[in-house]
Amino acid sequence: MAPPRNRRPGFSRRAQYSLFIGYVIAIAGALVGAVLLALSTLNPPAFSALRAGTAEVTAPVSWAAGSVWSGIASIPSAIGSFFGVRGENARLKDQIANDRRQLLRARAIAFENIRLKKLLAAREPGTETVATARIISSSATSTRRYGLIYAGLVQGIHAGMPVRGPDGLVGRILEAGPDTARVLLLIDPESIVPVRRTKDGAPGFATGRGDGLLDVKPIALGNADYGPGDVLVTSGSGGIFPPNVPVAKVFSRNRDGVLAKPFESPDAFDYATILRTFMTALPPAAVEKQP
Amino acid sequence: MRPQGGAFAPEPSPTAIWLIPVASVIAGSLITILPLIATFPVLPPLGLMTLLAWRLLRPEWMRIWSPLPFGLFDDLVSGQPLGSAMLLWTLAFLIVDLLDRRLMSRDFWQDWVLASGAIAFCLFGGRLIATPLAAHVDTVLLFQVVAAMLLYPFVARIVAWLDTKRGPA
Repeated sequence: MAPPRNRRPGFSRRAQYSLFIGYVIAIAGALVGAVLLALSTLNPPAFSALRAGTAEVTAPVSWAAGSVWSGIASIPSAIGSFFGVRGENARLKDQIANDRRQLLRARAIAFENIRLKKLLAAREPGTETVATARIISSSATSTRRYGLIYAGLVQGIHAGMPVRGPDGLVGRILEAGPDTARVLLLIDPESIVPVRRTKDGAPGFATGRGDGLLDVKPIALGNADYGPGDVLVTSGSGGIFPPNVPVAKVFSRNRDGVLAKPFESPDAFDYATILRTFMTALPPAAVEKQP
Repeated sequence: MRPQGGAFAPEPSPTAIWLIPVASVIAGSLITILPLIATFPVLPPLGLMTLLAWRLLRPEWMRIWSPLPFGLFDDLVSGQPLGSAMLLWTLAFLIVDLLDRRLMSRDFWQDWVLASGAIAFCLFGGRLIATPLAAHVDTVLLFQVVAAMLLYPFVARIVAWLDTKRGPA
């Protein structure tokens, strides 16, 4: 094919200068970009207002597209469930019988728990729900894992609040705009959640790996090593996540810790519940001004 | 290059001449608003690919500084730290420009190689900037880069089609 057009724009001084100025703008702009990048790396919430503003505009589109898509996607499963319902029925009957036994035991334990707590007069911080909202989109082109929730400051959502789904922990709110909020998902490489093992309460940290799994490291090395099959729940330490929210199940061991699969798989995210931050820092006591 | 219709084709509106490229790049960046909650980086960087396709198709029209505003917009919707696309896309454009000057003839294969290099540079650069080194994202990232490279001819094709809608340059 023909060689690219020569971009030297003839003898016109003006045209030559404007081409040169284009390069100056590009290089200066790249430097500005580098400065903005440094600012947003050092202080991640720096430009949250800009991002939230954009999300306000895009969120209704994602929401509508998501509604249409979930309607279409539910057709095959509706057909499948119509035919699978007989076997399902027998299986569920067995399960109910099994669950009834478990429930009776759990009731007894719960009753005992209430009694013991009264005895201790322990004050349990509330884990009330702030809002329930749909996760509408995510950062699917980036190596970071963020989700966008279609609810924000107006619904009482603030940065730092934990987010959970029906099966377990989803993540926590990173930035909140008027009507949208960004969630740092559990599986993001910069997410760390304090967890404990259900059977004995051995504490550890679950860190996102970026590939959909979690790296779990016990706090006390040696005396508590997690093994495949262990179920991890939030421990409540750190004060962000309320205790006893299911997080992940361990499935294999590696060099310095174990790999766990989260109970909430992002592909199945639909509605999420935003909870109040477990223990909020108390506001500094008002200092009485001396006259 | 004449659009279809020859000399008697109706004049395209002056807004279409700039609106079509700008809107197509922005629409490419907006791929992240699809209702898809991803476990991996699964979607290609469509904004960057569209911008590169315009740049390689119409070098005299896409200014050298055009990645700055487009990159800023992409940063706002992509989840990368603000400034990363501004920096990386502009650097990629400068490198593409340098290589483009030295090429004697023009061929789609060369465009594809240039675009692939730029896509790989921006994606790997973005990973280094946004994600800690210890994260296990490199294998998936490699797949994303390869998928984006393979998808580039389709994007170039669509951009070429849009260019005919836009009228003579």
